[in-house]
Amino acid sequence: MKNTVRILFAAMLVAGLGACAKKAVKPSAPVEPATPTDTTPVEESGRYKVGDLDTDSCLRQRVIYFDLDRTEIKPEFQAQVACHAEYLRQFPNARVTLEGHADERGTREYNLGLGERRGNAVSGSLSAAGASSGQLTVVSYGEERPVDRGHDESAWSKNRRVEIVYTSAN
Amino acid sequence: MRNRTLIRFGLLLLLLVSANGAWAQGLTIEINDGSRTADPIAVVPFAFEGAGLPPETDVSEIVRADLARSGKFFTLARRDIVEFPTRESEVKFATWRLLKQNYLVVGRIADAGDGALRVEFELFDVARQSRMIGLAISGQRTAMRDVAHQIADLIYEKILGVRGAFWTRIAYVTSVGLGQNTQYALMVADSDGFNPQVVVRSREPLMSPAWSPDGRRLAYVSFERGNSSVYLQDLSTGSRELISAQKGINGGPAFSPDGTKLALNLSYGGSPDIYIMDLASRKSTKLTNHFAIDVEAAWMPDGRSLVFTSDRSGKPQLYEVSAAGGDAARLTFQGQYNARATICCDGKKIAMAQGNGNVYRITVFDRTTGTYTEISPGNVDESPSFAPNGSMVLYAATEGPRGVLYAVSADGRVRQRLVLADGDVREPAWGPFRQR
Repeated sequence: MKNTVRILFAAMLVAGLGACAKKAVKPSAPVEPATPTDTTPVEESGRYKVGDLDTDSCLRQRVIYFDLDRTEIKPEFQAQVACHAEYLRQFPNARVTLEGHADERGTREYNLGLGERRGNAVSGSLSAAGASSGQLTVVSYGEERPVDRGHDESAWSKNRRVEIVYTSAN
Repeated sequence: MRNRTLIRFGLLLLLLVSANGAWAQGLTIEINDGSRTADPIAVVPFAFEGAGLPPETDVSEIVRADLARSGKFFTLARRDIVEFPTRESEVKFATWRLLKQNYLVVGRIADAGDGALRVEFELFDVARQSRMIGLAISGQRTAMRDVAHQIADLIYEKILGVRGAFWTRIAYVTSVGLGQNTQYALMVADSDGFNPQVVVRSREPLMSPAWSPDGRRLAYVSFERGNSSVYLQDLSTGSRELISAQKGINGGPAFSPDGTKLALNLSYGGSPDIYIMDLASRKSTKLTNHFAIDVEAAWMPDGRSLVFTSDRSGKPQLYEVSAAGGDAARLTFQGQYNARATICCDGKKIAMAQGNGNVYRITVFDRTTGTYTEISPGNVDESPSFAPNGSMVLYAATEGPRGVLYAVSADGRVRQRLVLADGDVREPAWGPFRQR
């Protein structure tokens, strides 16, 4: 994959150089692509098996982390959402509970609301990517179930999360 | 509140063993050195004049501690007490004038028959050399803490003209253990943190205890059904009923001042909004209607409006809405984050958890002057709850790995740590006055 991309990239670069050859004074070495380009979570032709929930490297990721007071899903978690959405699409009887959590800062009832917003954000993304809303339940625990009881950003960042919990695998 | 100097006043650690492990109760009183507006009062140790054993409870010490933590009194340290009168005939006013005491309390404890005790006490105005009260309260030996708090209430009211709130109870939530082994408990204790009793124990989170105005019931949130639900429980019988188990969040219960309605925050309509449930018919009406998070309703004492937390302007702030519905008006404009209102003094004062950056402290907003006064010094201080007479605020704080409860005088001057337990203690709710 990576090599193919590199070759393509180099070819495009050469073609580009050729097109403006009058200005080019030096031959150029192939350039590394600036960003990783190998992030395709699900093969088009691939179908998940039930056991993949425990073995597939993407499906095994079940926690999505959030920034302070934010509810949007960060780019690095899009692939995780996409593979779970695909699994849910392929197994219409599978069910998940999306457990929304907040860090300790702020009041408990407000954080219950914040946890629900995060759960709803993941629910919305899963729906948009192929899951049906009947497969998804959102439960907010607010700040009541921390995974780290510390009082610093390192603990808080682990606690601001949505956990994808399968209540039925297929 | 800046340049806070704390004078550690007294340290007494009592270890009580409950069925679920050891509970340590710290009685550390911290006095912020500031304007000394408090009244000096001497509480002389009460004499035991009965036939059998004296009570295990040190009645006069409880009276002294109550008066001290109210912030309204400076109590004379026991080591500075040089005379021990037990009745008016033994009082030499010159001595107490020399000790610069404005008030003096003396008393004695005698048998009252059937194992009960009779506590007689007298309060004196030192300058006028006159008796202000002379009363007797009887009770079983096991009820001596109650008797002491009632005496403190009577002294407080006689001197200040405001009903005392020492003979009241508090509710709070504890959690012990980590992960799957976490045990949650809803507790009720005396206003000074003693006599803790379990109301509910659960392996799922418990939250948001709220007292009924008659002090007989608690509404609270439990996750025992797998999602937040609101329960109503009778304290004397332990019987309880499920009040709200809608889809989404069921939280933030708050009784109306007349006890007929319960405000809740429910999210089945899409986002958390404030609803009012009529407790007789169990019918709910939606009070706020906004896509923002609307939570933590608190009733104004007249029952005509409610204050709640909403992030409709971005960060959480306090808003007021009529109990009949309509538009909400924003109340707080100072501080990045203002939430969880508790109201006292005919609605003139609202305490809240105020957040600025990563620091959350209890702040009192005076609606008549428009001023904000910070009354707690911590970093994660939350869940303020006014005493029914407005004299003190109970709140939850964090000390190292655990949560503790503090009672602070409403001016922030005197602070006492009330409850210490293994693990976490939080969400205190100060109960109403009790009926004598």
